[in-house]
Amino acid sequence: MDTTPNKPAAAKKSSQGFVYFPLIAGWLVPGAGHFLLGKWIRGTLLAVSIIAMFALGLAMQGKLYTSAQDILDMLGVAGDLGSGLLYFLSRAAGWGGMPVQTTVADYGTKFIVVAGLLNIIAAVDAHNLRTGRKS
Amino acid sequence: MHPSHFAAVFLFALFASTVFGITMRDTPPKMFRYSAYCFVLFVGSVIVFSWVMFLIAR
Repeated sequence: MDTTPNKPAAAKKSSQGFVYFPLIAGWLVPGAGHFLLGKWIRGTLLAVSIIAMFALGLAMQGKLYTSAQDILDMLGVAGDLGSGLLYFLSRAAGWGGMPVQTTVADYGTKFIVVAGLLNIIAAVDAHNLRTGRKS
Repeated sequence: MHPSHFAAVFLFALFASTVFGITMRDTPPKMFRYSAYCFVLFVGSVIVFSWVMFLIAR
C-alpha cells in the first residue's frame, strides 16, 4: 500500500528545477519571475508599475546613485541596484541627472530608489510563488 | 518632465499600491481591495499632512 501523502500541485512543481531562478529573473527584469511561473497578469502589472516608476524618475531628472560616499549614498545605491538591468542599462547610457537642483529632481531620485525596492518585493513574491509558500 | 507635487504623489501612490496589493495578498479580489486601501492611505495622508503644515505655517 502506498503511504506517500498526496502533495499539492504547487509543491510538486516547486521541487523541479532551480528554485531561485524566478527570484533572480524577477530582480534582473521586473515581472519576469511571475512570467516564468505563468502569472501573466500579475507580472504585467508589476512590470508596468516598476518600469513606469523608474522611467518617470529618470524623466524628472532624478539622480542615479553611482558611488557610496556616505551611509545615505550607500542606501541609495542599494535601492537603485534593486532595479536590476534597468539600473545597469541606465548607467551605461548615462541617463539621470547628476546633482539634484530642483524639487522635482529630488522626487525623481526617490522614484528611482523606490522602484528598485518595489522590484525586490516583487522578486521575493515570485520566489514565494515558486516555493509554494504563496498561491 | 515637471509634474505638480500632487501629480507626483498620485503617480507614486498608484504604482506603489499596485505592487503592494499584488505581493501582499493571495487572491485577485483581496489584491484589488488592498491596493485601493494603500492608495487611499497614501494620497489621504498626504492631503491631511499638507493641511496640517499649511495651518502650522500660518
